[in-house]
Amino acid sequence: MQTTFTGRVWKFGEAISTDLMVPGSKVLANPGITPEEAAQFCMSANRPGWVDQVQPGDLLVAGTNFGCGSSRNGSQPLKVLGIACVLADSVSRIHLRNAVNTGLPTLVAPGISAFVEEGQRLEVNIVSGQVKNLDTGKTLQAQAWPEDSPPFQILMAGGLDAYMKDKVRKAGLVRA
Amino acid sequence: MGMTMAEKILASRSGKSVVAPGEYVWAKVDGTGVFGPIPMMEELGIEQVYDTARVYAVDDHFAPSPTVERANAHKALKDFATKYGIENYFEYGRHGILHQVFPEHGYVSPGDLIVSVDSHSTSYGCFNAMGAPIMEELSFVVITGQLWMRVPPSIKFTLAGTLPAYCVGKDVMLKIAADYGTDVAVYKSVEFLGPVAAQLSLGSRFTMSNMGVEIGAKCAIFEADDKTYEFLEGRMKREPQPVSPDPDARYEAEYTVDCTNLEPMVALPHDPSNSHPVAAVESERLRVDQAFLGSCTNARVEDIAVAAKILQGRQVHPDVRMIVTPASSEVWHECARLGYWEVLSAAGAMITNPGCGACPGGHLGLLADQERCISSSNRNFQGRMGSPLAEVCLASPATVAASAIKGYIADPREFM
Repeated sequence: MQTTFTGRVWKFGEAISTDLMVPGSKVLANPGITPEEAAQFCMSANRPGWVDQVQPGDLLVAGTNFGCGSSRNGSQPLKVLGIACVLADSVSRIHLRNAVNTGLPTLVAPGISAFVEEGQRLEVNIVSGQVKNLDTGKTLQAQAWPEDSPPFQILMAGGLDAYMKDKVRKAGLVRA
Repeated sequence: MGMTMAEKILASRSGKSVVAPGEYVWAKVDGTGVFGPIPMMEELGIEQVYDTARVYAVDDHFAPSPTVERANAHKALKDFATKYGIENYFEYGRHGILHQVFPEHGYVSPGDLIVSVDSHSTSYGCFNAMGAPIMEELSFVVITGQLWMRVPPSIKFTLAGTLPAYCVGKDVMLKIAADYGTDVAVYKSVEFLGPVAAQLSLGSRFTMSNMGVEIGAKCAIFEADDKTYEFLEGRMKREPQPVSPDPDARYEAEYTVDCTNLEPMVALPHDPSNSHPVAAVESERLRVDQAFLGSCTNARVEDIAVAAKILQGRQVHPDVRMIVTPASSEVWHECARLGYWEVLSAAGAMITNPGCGACPGGHLGLLADQERCISSSNRNFQGRMGSPLAEVCLASPATVAASAIKGYIADPREFM
């Protein structure tokens, strides 16, 4: 798993809900929808047209309580759209767990909204938690996961599916 | 050092005598809920769920199936339940919103650790259990019966004073969201204590635990008392192991909410923190197109009883459609027995089948562009109940009923 990300920033505001990332009337109502199709509705209510502008490797920065609300996995469309890493002043618990399980590095970084403007470039080390603004030269410390913690290990495995296959096999629940 | 309720439950379920905030544990799960098959089980060749009596299944968000795609998803859940011998599968007619129908059938006992799909799994806190929402890791839980948990810091809300008769848990929760913000409890255990916590009905506690997630909580727990057991007796399948905080429990923050002068509250778009006393906005005559009485937050018998009492002998405003979606089949049946459906349909309201209904924006009453809905549900995010150009306002069942009569957002006290 890559641990350093450099990219251009898209900024979002406070309390960006998973309803905005995964609209119920478009996605939940259509269980046959592919992740690629579903991603086209991401942020369509609050920022129409954004999905056409975002480029693979871009970074997303948000305010407090990013991913609040429903347990829908908002990280899936973000990952499909190519977002490489997410930083927010605070992140909802369910969204943070979903991000780990999806293998989309998502860090709680208090102060990040004031630290970077849209379009500036950041360098993020998800192991140390160090964030550098390449346009201003300033640095900011994000909250890194302890390296021996389950979420860090799941993230490093690339997400829950890969982690689980390994763990379930080791636990002897699967015939080799 | 003493422990909070959440710490006690996590210590017990991870085989430790003590845990502290920030610690990572692997915890044994007492119950979980699914609303779809687990493809990973096929992929790994796993032939059984961790416990067929502790995995509950229901299709609630789209009940009954409005499209062929949803019908196929429903069938896939049913086939999954059959294949793996899930004992608690609830077919339409015996179904309900998972958080309502599962406890009706013995899903939860005090002291339990429940982790389940759906963000409103915090609801189980009203039964003195730790209910924590999950999504992507459901497969892991269903296969292993375990989950990693980070022990959360706990915060205490002391509900002080006396709650006026015209207010319910919904009003208290909207007041908390307004005063402390919807991120006050992000990744924390909320513990509700104090005289009003004891005064509240179990249904009102359910509302508050349910909406704990709307202030960011990992779980939102009440202590168990006679009201808890009055509901759970005869339903529980496990011995209760109730928890209370130690006198020297460590709370990261403590807040006191004086409920004595609380008024009926309403959350205006697009966040529950945008809550105000209904009386303060009534003069704006905020037109209502739809009045929705439903969701896991407020669609139990006591919620529908309040609406029926207010609408008895009155009519829903000619410009308003009122939709009533009970939380479960048991609630539906009890409301029929008590005559509430007769009252509400005579008043011009539409009674639907049980389920999540319009709340998550799937079916049974989506909003058109520029429409406004007064809703007893839990979140009013942009686009939540249909069009992103619609407005959702949250309030108690009484305020929903009063607003349905008046045609604008109205204080229920003149009808109570």
